[in-house]
Amino acid sequence: MELLDNLALGLSTALLVQNVLYCFVGVLLGTAVGVLPGIGPTATVAMLLPITFNFEPVTALIMLAGIYYGAQYGGSTTAILINLPGESSAAVTALDGHEMARQGRAGPALATAAIGSFVAGTAATVVLAVAAPPLARIALRFGPAEYFSLVLFGLIVSIALARGSTLKALAMIALGVLLGTVGQDIYTGTPRFVFGRRELYGGIDFVSVAVGMFGMAEILRNLENERARTAVVGKVENLWPTREDRRRIVAPILRGTGLGSALGVLPGGGHVLASFTSYAVEKRISKRQQEFGHGAIEGVAGPESANNAAAQTSFIPLLTLGLPAHPVMALMVGAFIVHGITPGPNVITDEPALFWGLIASMWIGNVLLVLLNLPLIGMWVRMLRIPYQVLFPMIILFASIGTYSLGFNAYDVYAIAFFGLLGYVLIKCGCEPAPLLLGFVLGPLLEENLRRALIISRGDPSVFLTRPISAVLLFLAVAALIAAVLPAIRKRRETVFTEED
Amino acid sequence: MERRRSLPDVLAGGIFVLIGGAFVVGSLGHRLGTPLRMGPGAFPLLVGAILAVLGLAIVVKGLVAGEVISFGPVPWRAVVLITLAVLFFGFAVRGLGFVPASAVTTLLTTLAGSRVRPLTVVAVTIGLTAAATLIFVVGLQLRIPLWGPWLGF
Repeated sequence: MELLDNLALGLSTALLVQNVLYCFVGVLLGTAVGVLPGIGPTATVAMLLPITFNFEPVTALIMLAGIYYGAQYGGSTTAILINLPGESSAAVTALDGHEMARQGRAGPALATAAIGSFVAGTAATVVLAVAAPPLARIALRFGPAEYFSLVLFGLIVSIALARGSTLKALAMIALGVLLGTVGQDIYTGTPRFVFGRRELYGGIDFVSVAVGMFGMAEILRNLENERARTAVVGKVENLWPTREDRRRIVAPILRGTGLGSALGVLPGGGHVLASFTSYAVEKRISKRQQEFGHGAIEGVAGPESANNAAAQTSFIPLLTLGLPAHPVMALMVGAFIVHGITPGPNVITDEPALFWGLIASMWIGNVLLVLLNLPLIGMWVRMLRIPYQVLFPMIILFASIGTYSLGFNAYDVYAIAFFGLLGYVLIKCGCEPAPLLLGFVLGPLLEENLRRALIISRGDPSVFLTRPISAVLLFLAVAALIAAVLPAIRKRRETVFTEED
Repeated sequence: MERRRSLPDVLAGGIFVLIGGAFVVGSLGHRLGTPLRMGPGAFPLLVGAILAVLGLAIVVKGLVAGEVISFGPVPWRAVVLITLAVLFFGFAVRGLGFVPASAVTTLLTTLAGSRVRPLTVVAVTIGLTAAATLIFVVGLQLRIPLWGPWLGF
């Protein structure tokens, strides 16, 4: 079996001592930032990215991936214990999870979240291993026209799924794409929008954008109304779910895993959508609808599994098409490129050890997460007592140092302040920062493929419609856009997101 | 959801129009080329125009039927201090060296919080500077001198 050979190769890479070690560091850090409100995986990955440049590529990616899915785990802990979701996708877990904690059943809720996440993570890793190679083979046949349409499709779908105003999300994408054009033009080398500054010739670094938008702007938001965090958490006891609980969580975990694996592939907030959808499904088909919102264990099991499955399968578009589905993935594109690897369909054939090693490491990471989370739950709860007054200076300092160390370029640090302020104002006006970062990372790809496609077609723009795959992708992009704007569907979408808010 | 005139919408749209417009003007200074060989100015011109149009639409919508978002308070002190802290680090890390630049940046940032006690500020500054030095310079071998040439030794 080819798949087994590949997985064996992956395991032999992932089980190297330094890879297990950094996988552990990654999931540990991920859980920590997932637990701590006010700092998310995007800012963390952006801050740590410069550090990983000295690592082997596979080690660096294993650690960064660990931070991402570790944060999905950690977010549920605070959601259950203190009704404070550390990550957006954990918001729905708080509904029933925190209610269970208030009834003194925090233990079973946490255990259910961990078991569900583990089952989902394991299954989704297999989905990833099975689905990625054929997709990559299709993607290998893509020309510039197809790539242009694919990137456009990815960007549009990412906003169709996100919450908030479609118009503003579109504008944020366009702004990101525009900012991505700063620096030397790829074809002619002409410096664009650099104000005569040599330091800007290389373009704006995406780490500056990410740290500014997700780190500094977020800190300013939190400082608006500072209040002392009071973590009054009782002792967590009786971790194991009862026999009745175990019977009730099996089906929701399996349904959540399926839903999450499928929805995670979509660009944008796939994992958020997955957990909300799973909650809605469980509520609709349950025989005990009145229990939902009052501590139904199904309301923890389903969304937690869906969320974690989606976190794993959202690596599929990244590894097969080079298309990031989440701001963290966008940063990982940067990590690939720094190590001289272009993320996309070639990774699987050119760097099989890296590709399969990364996939295998996700399963190892999931095992580590269960070990980390269940016995050490007390430690995570105690971490909530770290005062924000220590936390935010640390984020600012480490972000500045990390960004400076990218290229010892003071402009990269100035850019943090610029994007921090811009991001703060825009977020306050109701704009989401994620589309901007995706646009920023994908913008250069969009321009390059547009120009290349037009050169190949001798300047005939109809090439995007005459090539079938490209035409289908463009058609789907338009359909997604219409769906996002149409009031009827919009309303439905809003109810999915705000249900029980 | 209630819909009426919304200032945040107008502000956001205004920012988009401004930035989009600036890029359009900037692109006109570059060669636009033909569809076959697009010049460096063509793509930014196109996207800048799209951004400006979207911004305009957001402004109009904000005036007629905007999203009701409360803009909320602005922590001016934190905005100024944190911006200064980040800019200072970029400006001074080469000249002052890693330790003094980190210390000043941490100090400024810590002061951004409301209700901070002087003792906390000193403790956080010393603690974080020491931690950063250990992690980045000792641990990760970052090549930034601990003390810079501006200090004269």
